[in-house]
Amino acid sequence: MSKILIRGAKVLGGEAQDVLIDGETIAATARQGEIDLSGLNLSAEDVTVIEAEGQVLLPGLVDLHTHLREPGREDSETVLTGTRAAASGGYTAVFAMANTFPVADTAGVVEQVWRLGKESGYCDVQPIGAVTVGLEGKKLSELGAMHESAARVTVFSDDGKCVDDAVIMRRALEYVKAFGGVVAQHAQEPRLTEGAQMNEGVVSAELGLGGWPAVAEESIIARDVLLAEHVGSRVHICHLSTAGSVEIVRWAKSRGIDVTAEVTPHHLLLTDELVRSYDPVYKVNPPLRTERDVMALREALADGTIDIVATDHAPHPHEDKDCEWAAAAMGMVGLETALSVVQQTMVETGLLDWAGVAERMSHAPARIGSLAGHGRPVSAGEPANLTLVETSYRGVVDPAHFASRSRNTPYEGRELPGRVTHTFLRGRATVVDGKLA
Amino acid sequence: MKRHLISAADLTRDDAVLILDTAEEMARVADRPIKKLPTLRGLTICNLFFEDSTRTRISFEAAEKRLSADVINFAAKGSSVSKGESLKDTAQTLEAMGVDAVVIRHHASGAPYRLATSGWIDAPVINAGDGTHEHPTQALLDAFTMRRRLVGRDAGLGKDLNGRRITLVGDVLHSRVARSNVQLLHTLGAEVTLVAPPTLVPVGVENWPCEISYGLDEVLPKSDAVMMLRVQRERMNAAFFPTEREYSRRYGLDAARMAKMPEHAIVMHPGPMVRGMEITAEVADSDRCTVVEQVANGVSIRMAVLYLLLGGSEPAVTTPAAARTEENK
Repeated sequence: MSKILIRGAKVLGGEAQDVLIDGETIAATARQGEIDLSGLNLSAEDVTVIEAEGQVLLPGLVDLHTHLREPGREDSETVLTGTRAAASGGYTAVFAMANTFPVADTAGVVEQVWRLGKESGYCDVQPIGAVTVGLEGKKLSELGAMHESAARVTVFSDDGKCVDDAVIMRRALEYVKAFGGVVAQHAQEPRLTEGAQMNEGVVSAELGLGGWPAVAEESIIARDVLLAEHVGSRVHICHLSTAGSVEIVRWAKSRGIDVTAEVTPHHLLLTDELVRSYDPVYKVNPPLRTERDVMALREALADGTIDIVATDHAPHPHEDKDCEWAAAAMGMVGLETALSVVQQTMVETGLLDWAGVAERMSHAPARIGSLAGHGRPVSAGEPANLTLVETSYRGVVDPAHFASRSRNTPYEGRELPGRVTHTFLRGRATVVDGKLA
Repeated sequence: MKRHLISAADLTRDDAVLILDTAEEMARVADRPIKKLPTLRGLTICNLFFEDSTRTRISFEAAEKRLSADVINFAAKGSSVSKGESLKDTAQTLEAMGVDAVVIRHHASGAPYRLATSGWIDAPVINAGDGTHEHPTQALLDAFTMRRRLVGRDAGLGKDLNGRRITLVGDVLHSRVARSNVQLLHTLGAEVTLVAPPTLVPVGVENWPCEISYGLDEVLPKSDAVMMLRVQRERMNAAFFPTEREYSRRYGLDAARMAKMPEHAIVMHPGPMVRGMEITAEVADSDRCTVVEQVANGVSIRMAVLYLLLGGSEPAVTTPAAARTEENK
């Protein structure tokens, strides 16, 4: 295996260091210029050197919430194109959501996704299993069989739909305790969101679009943290979008309830004011909320109430968005812009340092998903899953350059900071100088 | 005038007064033996109706024909749309056929805005009602009717509705008529009050330029015009109010309530009326009720809008031939 020396990178944004990769692992780290190649029986010719002065080195990012669309909607994304997009965005592992066709509610489907991930070579793919058969919310899937499959599923979610039946949710929370699993809830009370098109508030009233009230999310979160407490299980809340949700999670954590939560990059930056354009690129589930919500989410991510950033990367083909608002699909791609949005909203606002970013985009998601080998410290002996970021870069987002099969980004034409120059998956570069290897 | 008419909020006070004044000129055409102007001769207008609406479609069609435009009526039902064709494809097909303007009615809020701003077509777009968003020509014909009744047919020329107190009653939440009327009447200087049960008032309405009341009786004596909004039958089963009977008792307009209105005040309704529930037959058939006038005025307003959007920068009736020059076409 080749050896790679990353020279002068600011590890987690801190001190400039040299990091030597040997094979699949980090062989050594030391202050800049202090790695002794001869002491390691290496000559300069044996080592590929990457000059990374000024760049930030992070553990490879982990996304707990990705839609890869395969099987079933390969016109939107495949495991291969999705993992290429992930690598471009600095990710070394993604959790693939279960709302595929067929639904990932059996050992067979999760193993298929898992195997396709192995074959892709760009990023580890950890399938998420559906909580209920067909995402119908009526009958538990064979959660144990999915866990025992080659995919070793630990995260279960009906994402895209809410497990709204309190009994089914309770049973799922109880059942996965047997193998340390976690249920990731898409919190959306279905009756309160019938016909909902966007955040309920001033803008929806004006635009005549069906309102999606904050309480539809908050009421389910409140119920689920109490259920988790009652049965002594852990629950993960997907894509928090309201200030009220933050308050409920904060209260639950203060009470000792085992709850974790995620926020998407777009909910950290965009507001429902953008919907005035009626451009479906802004149509997403949960909907874009208000400035007040955005600020509450940023603060909660900073203070640890929200544990992680997850992309909810939701690719759709052009025709599914190039239409009137009501007919358009919900969702936006996010893998390739997530880190830039986090840099802009959290790092450049002083809310989070790079070590904090590493915690929320790598360590914690790997921990929540029980994913071995990812989210590890940048230190000798650890797997060489790494991401190198040129944080001083400024560029205008051009989706034509995306590796994802879909282009439904809300950031087209917007200037965002930061660029992933290199991504390493177990020591192998998947991205070199900003381009897929 | 702007290129498109999507929202009543797009209109300035001067735009709106110009449309109302032009509609007065157009209304005179209806009194002629031959109710036709050559103004839009040679232009093709498509009425693109994705949602059933006999009243509005016929009104636009009459307006277009009185201005001598060629008219294409497109109804989604039974068309390629029912086979899955998108709005974009339909619009582009029509443009390829040389359509000069599109009048669109759509069940989705924002569809006319998308059509006008997405680059799918170049033709001017007129919103004939989109979802629960807006219905600007309805608001214009309502304002026209109010101005005629409350200010005067000739005396109203050049004037707005400054200081007039207008009350809209009923299903505000789902009403594109209410949204457009609130915007336009505010622009024209009127004071607007919305009356509805709290379940039928949109969250976020506090930013609208109007007052809100949950009770009708206290507002009636202060109203120069009371506009009853249509309550769709399907709302009655969706827990917005307990029963039709209770709605009628609290928000219906009957003779006793009408008697509380000032003598000069009028009763309006965008139609079709649910008699007995929103409005009693006695009120609907009274001289104070302007429903039939509103229908007639709708044609004049739509003539005015089409004329102004498609080229009219000069008086519409007096010199119609001069209206369509190459510069302002």
